[in-house]
Amino acid sequence: MADSATAVATAAQDEERISVASQRQLIWWRFRKHKLAMVGAIVVLLFYLVALFADFLSTSDPHASEGQRSLMPPQQVHWFDGGFSPHVYAVRGERDPITLQRTYVVDPTQKIPVTLFAKGYEYEFLGLFTTDIHLIGTEGARAEDTLFLFGTDQQGRDIFSRLIHATRTSMLIGLAGVALSILLGVVLGGISGYYGGAADTVIQRTIEILRSIPTIPLWMGLAAAMPKDWSVNQVYFALTLILSVIGWTELGRVVRGRMMQIRSEDFVTAAELVGGRPRRIIFKHMVPLFASHIIAATTLALPLMIVAETSLSFLGLGLRPPAISWGVMLQQAQNVQAVALYPWMLLPVLPVVAVILAFNFLGDGLRDAADPYDL
Amino acid sequence: MLNYIGRRLALGLFTVWAVSVLSFLIIQLPPGDFATTRLAELAASGNTSAIYEAERLRAEYGLDQPVFVQYFTWIGQVLQGDFGMSLDWNRPVADVIGDRLVLTMVVSVAAIIFTWAVALPIGIYSAVRRYSFGDYALTFFGFLGLAIPNFLLALILMYFGFAVFDANVGGLFSAEYETAGWSFAKVWDLFKHLWIPAIVLGLAGTAQLVRIMRANLLDELKKPYVITATAKGLTERKAISKYPVRVALNPFASSIGFLFPQIVSGAIVVSIVLSLPTVGPLLLRALQAQDMFLAGAIVLLIGVMTVIGTLISDLVLMWLDPRIRHGR
Repeated sequence: MADSATAVATAAQDEERISVASQRQLIWWRFRKHKLAMVGAIVVLLFYLVALFADFLSTSDPHASEGQRSLMPPQQVHWFDGGFSPHVYAVRGERDPITLQRTYVVDPTQKIPVTLFAKGYEYEFLGLFTTDIHLIGTEGARAEDTLFLFGTDQQGRDIFSRLIHATRTSMLIGLAGVALSILLGVVLGGISGYYGGAADTVIQRTIEILRSIPTIPLWMGLAAAMPKDWSVNQVYFALTLILSVIGWTELGRVVRGRMMQIRSEDFVTAAELVGGRPRRIIFKHMVPLFASHIIAATTLALPLMIVAETSLSFLGLGLRPPAISWGVMLQQAQNVQAVALYPWMLLPVLPVVAVILAFNFLGDGLRDAADPYDL
Repeated sequence: MLNYIGRRLALGLFTVWAVSVLSFLIIQLPPGDFATTRLAELAASGNTSAIYEAERLRAEYGLDQPVFVQYFTWIGQVLQGDFGMSLDWNRPVADVIGDRLVLTMVVSVAAIIFTWAVALPIGIYSAVRRYSFGDYALTFFGFLGLAIPNFLLALILMYFGFAVFDANVGGLFSAEYETAGWSFAKVWDLFKHLWIPAIVLGLAGTAQLVRIMRANLLDELKKPYVITATAKGLTERKAISKYPVRVALNPFASSIGFLFPQIVSGAIVVSIVLSLPTVGPLLLRALQAQDMFLAGAIVLLIGVMTVIGTLISDLVLMWLDPRIRHGR
């Protein structure tokens, strides 16, 4: 009896809690229930942290190349040696006298200790100050003692450090592209949904046309037009533009759909009657209502941008070396023979797949959570 | 009904026009006209007649005229079946493309057939046996299929084909048929090679369609008419396949509208990885060599093919769904 009374009381409290909670709290409570989405959120966060602290996490300069250690296989970390002392074995490069191929021999007698907060190459920490401290490294080692956790590429550059720097490039180009897409999507979708009529028809036909054309050949064509002598930053900027000019359509559709739905609500009519200007009505009264939907749609659009950049760079039409992105790195894996002999060149596939999965889970969760009154 | 066909047709034509403008834009975008590029090439090879050659090219293609005049010259020639010369190959563009366009469509259609053939049964199974082990397992694989970009899947497949089976999974023909003329044996050989690109291209679409089919069918299964059918003693198989599946199939059929461009688009990159004799590798090479007439023609033709494919699917949908057939 007492139990059921408390149960009723807590249920009432729950209801009370929900009815006074803010929009943000409701979304958060609902989102929290979605386990996969939480995992996705954490993974995405980790990726952005890696992007932020790329230099700190790198073990060697991602641009430093050395012919003497080209295509070296990953060095295995050994954790124990008596007590806990992580180390790698020294590796000697040799040239096969018959095939003239470089082979590497591990020398277990020479141990190279791996330490935390080791000194390495110099870099600017978040643009604030110059330092040479890295999370892990081989401090005080000789020049030929190396730490290549994921091996090296053709030019003898450290794949681990390059992957970390590629994460920065690829995650940021996704963000920049999506930011532009949101702008286009919200403005055009907003006009389309708010005014209707001729503007709506024109914008909707444009979206339909853009969606019915295969995007990759278009992207390739536009990207190929970038002059060869452009700097890394110019190419980066142009590529973002190219990606978002074609990529905004989905966001535009979402915004228009919500806009049309909200447009007929009483509060919009009320705002119009008291003489609110369209811009004020749209941004002050309508956009906050579906901001969460925009965020969800954005999260689902991000992986598409990342894949687009990866494919274009993979084909050699996107970012070009010395820029480092997942696609640029995968360019070296285009050749089957290379991939079969040096499978560690395929490693950039893993972060691409992980980040797409994470964004998709996160986006799905956000989309469900964006309707908090469904609780 | 005629009204619907007319509207679709008009939109299709309008899209083709938009694609032609975009293709022309791609031809125009690189700095300088192609006569300049050619001039630089000829001058580099020490050819003194280069300047006359460039002038001749300029006059022939009307490069000294305003852009929109150039567009009409180009589109006029295209409509007569003349796509211009490929400067890289020194042959007419139409010759260079040859049967590669048809092969692109063969690969894309094969991928669509694979997508439907696999997504339909899995979608039905996942909805009917919701939250079963099979449903979870298939959903998981579906997510993986969505998450791995198809060209990366092709790369991974190439690696395993090479490392585990010591076989080259690329190409569309065996070596002996590659240059041979078309024959029944060659077509059969094509079929034997087609399944790898079809799976690679179709996997992401399959995952999407399974989710659509599952959601649609779940909505239908809740409705009273299904309960009525079961209550009247129909077997589970009949009660599901006769009524709710047919209703759930409509949005499924309309999905080809977004599926087809997506697959054609993916086929370009996948063809480059798997070195398929489609327009993909050709387009990449044309863009790298700034062979803009070839590149523009390929983009235009791919766009037109996609519009035709979408149009056909719209007509099929109209035939399937009486609500569209009778307007509104």
